[in-house]
Amino acid sequence: MNVLRAVVPAMIAGAVALTVPNGSVNAEQKVLKIGVLGVMSGPAASWGLVNRYCAETSAQLINEQGGWSIGGEKYRIEVASIDDRNDPKVSVAGAERLAYQEKIKYIIGPNVDTTAAAIVPVMEKAKAINIPYAFSKSLYTPPRSNSILGMIASYQAGPVIYKYLKTQKGVRSVSFIARNESDPLNQRTEGVAAAKALGLTVASSEDTYEPGTTDFTPVMSRVVRQNADLIVLSGVAPADAPLLIRTARQLGYKGLLSTETAQDAKILNEVAAKAANGFISVGGASTPEIRSEYMDKFVQRYTKVAGEWNDEAGTKVYALEMILRTLALAGPKAISDVEAFKKAIPTFQVQNPFLKEAKTLKFVGAAYFSQPRQIGVPMVVNVFEDGKFRTLFIGSVE
Amino acid sequence: MILGANYALIALGITLIFAIMGVLNFAHGEMYVLGGFVTYYLYGLFGLNYFLALLASAATVAAVGLAFERLFFRRVLRITTREESTMLLAAGTALLLDSLSLVVFGEKQRGVPPVAPGVYHVFNAFVPAGRVLIFVLTLGLIGAFLLFMQYTRPGRGLRAIAQDKEAAALMGVNLDRYRALGFAIGAALAGVAGGLLVTEFAVNAGAGTPITIKAFIMIMIGGAGVVSGAMLGAVVLGFAEAVGYFFIPGSVTYLLILVGVIVFLVFRPQGIMGRPWG
Repeated sequence: MNVLRAVVPAMIAGAVALTVPNGSVNAEQKVLKIGVLGVMSGPAASWGLVNRYCAETSAQLINEQGGWSIGGEKYRIEVASIDDRNDPKVSVAGAERLAYQEKIKYIIGPNVDTTAAAIVPVMEKAKAINIPYAFSKSLYTPPRSNSILGMIASYQAGPVIYKYLKTQKGVRSVSFIARNESDPLNQRTEGVAAAKALGLTVASSEDTYEPGTTDFTPVMSRVVRQNADLIVLSGVAPADAPLLIRTARQLGYKGLLSTETAQDAKILNEVAAKAANGFISVGGASTPEIRSEYMDKFVQRYTKVAGEWNDEAGTKVYALEMILRTLALAGPKAISDVEAFKKAIPTFQVQNPFLKEAKTLKFVGAAYFSQPRQIGVPMVVNVFEDGKFRTLFIGSVE
Repeated sequence: MILGANYALIALGITLIFAIMGVLNFAHGEMYVLGGFVTYYLYGLFGLNYFLALLASAATVAAVGLAFERLFFRRVLRITTREESTMLLAAGTALLLDSLSLVVFGEKQRGVPPVAPGVYHVFNAFVPAGRVLIFVLTLGLIGAFLLFMQYTRPGRGLRAIAQDKEAAALMGVNLDRYRALGFAIGAALAGVAGGLLVTEFAVNAGAGTPITIKAFIMIMIGGAGVVSGAMLGAVVLGFAEAVGYFFIPGSVTYLLILVGVIVFLVFRPQGIMGRPWG
């Protein structure tokens, strides 16, 4: 019930915050509102909720330091969240509300291709910028310019992971399994192309399962029967990954399993336990051995905000920081004029505050989208071992 | 067979509630989720004996069902005869439980240590020991439920209401009390199913709606309001899923199942063993 203990005070605090006029907190301080739009209910709730918790955590930490400085003035950060229920219609309504009613110019989300594509016209008309966690290249390629990919895309991580497994683990053949939804299916298609380009034999790629599936034995039986060296769980949700892994092991599969999406160690440990040993996934700044002190502080505060830490947050911690740091570079004008923000994107470059090692954090993606429209989240490839993630290597989109 | 037995437990609860109250309990999947979480906390986190945790799941969800019946459905059924009122109410209770689950239990998938670890290798098939245990317990529970309905006074009362509530009332059956009992038993079955299946399939706050949809498919196939129909529908769906996913690649399996259900309902809208609706 630690979740309850964490959530109820947060809800009460949130309700109080909504009823107290902002000026009463600090009559002099200006407010910068940031929107979070994503799926926060239903089977995929963790995707959007982690975005929200990350933004709220960062905002708390920043506000405790007196706010965020832009052009010499400190701004108090406020986060306005809307649950789009993974429904494009709701997503459009949410984007309109954030952009027009709340007058918000910077929105984190949505989480999947369908909802991210649906709000593109709203973002362009309202002259707002959003940071989706959807991989469709058309969102970030000219003439589009108002969306910035918030994480590593599967078509970027896949080839790197497959190459590592081919050279280090002797993988020669691969099978794919995906959820029957547009994002995972696209990721599977891209994964198949990447595997073929590396000279791997694709043993099977047609197996899919419906959203909400709990018993994966029938579909996994087909995949395991192919006896490939590697099974890729394309675009797998954190809720499904441990069940798929456990089922594969129960069916006698001895090979490797991997995915290109971020997962949570606690979920893997609870549901799949030792069956998940050796499972490879992509993380952000989650593992203790690579985290900076700043990230450690973030993890502690996130745990208070959300009730417990979620490793998915390691990839989603970047969005709000990138918006604010770019605004600081672009100046106060960019708060209401996203064109000024866009102009600052190519020159923006800081040291990654979330990693112990000195790594540059900037906007990337020009090779994929013909323009830098991706946050340069480091490509942290993790392996699950005895209840924890261990970082295998840190790569880069570039 | 194992999949079908699991589904049967879920379908039995929803069909019992429909039979005695005429209510399509859209919150059935959410009740299943609640049962799963009770077992997760008691057995998985606090280390209570699994069977006691299972009992607690049944009792907790039965209490929720009882509260829903007493606070919401009884009053609505008394003041209106319009079926859509109870349907909307049921949809509302589903949303209520769904949202509460997310707030209270969080967004993460939850799993518990296996009650029966290990995997049996039978001929060419791998059968996890946990699933065998679930199968045996499910068969036992279904058997106990059928015996209760057939040979006990409350069971006979419930069957009488399902057949003809006016006649049952005339024969001295207290409709309010038996409806509350039926709703509580139906909910308890969902809770037990959640507590059983969390050991193999884990649980998350958003898992309720897909479970409810599958439960409705089962009772549509077997016949709404008929206990034997619910079990038959569950076995048919479980078998169709298992065979379909194994032999047909891609998403064709559920497409075929849903097309099959539509075609079937065109010719037999009351299901295999049900009475014509209305």
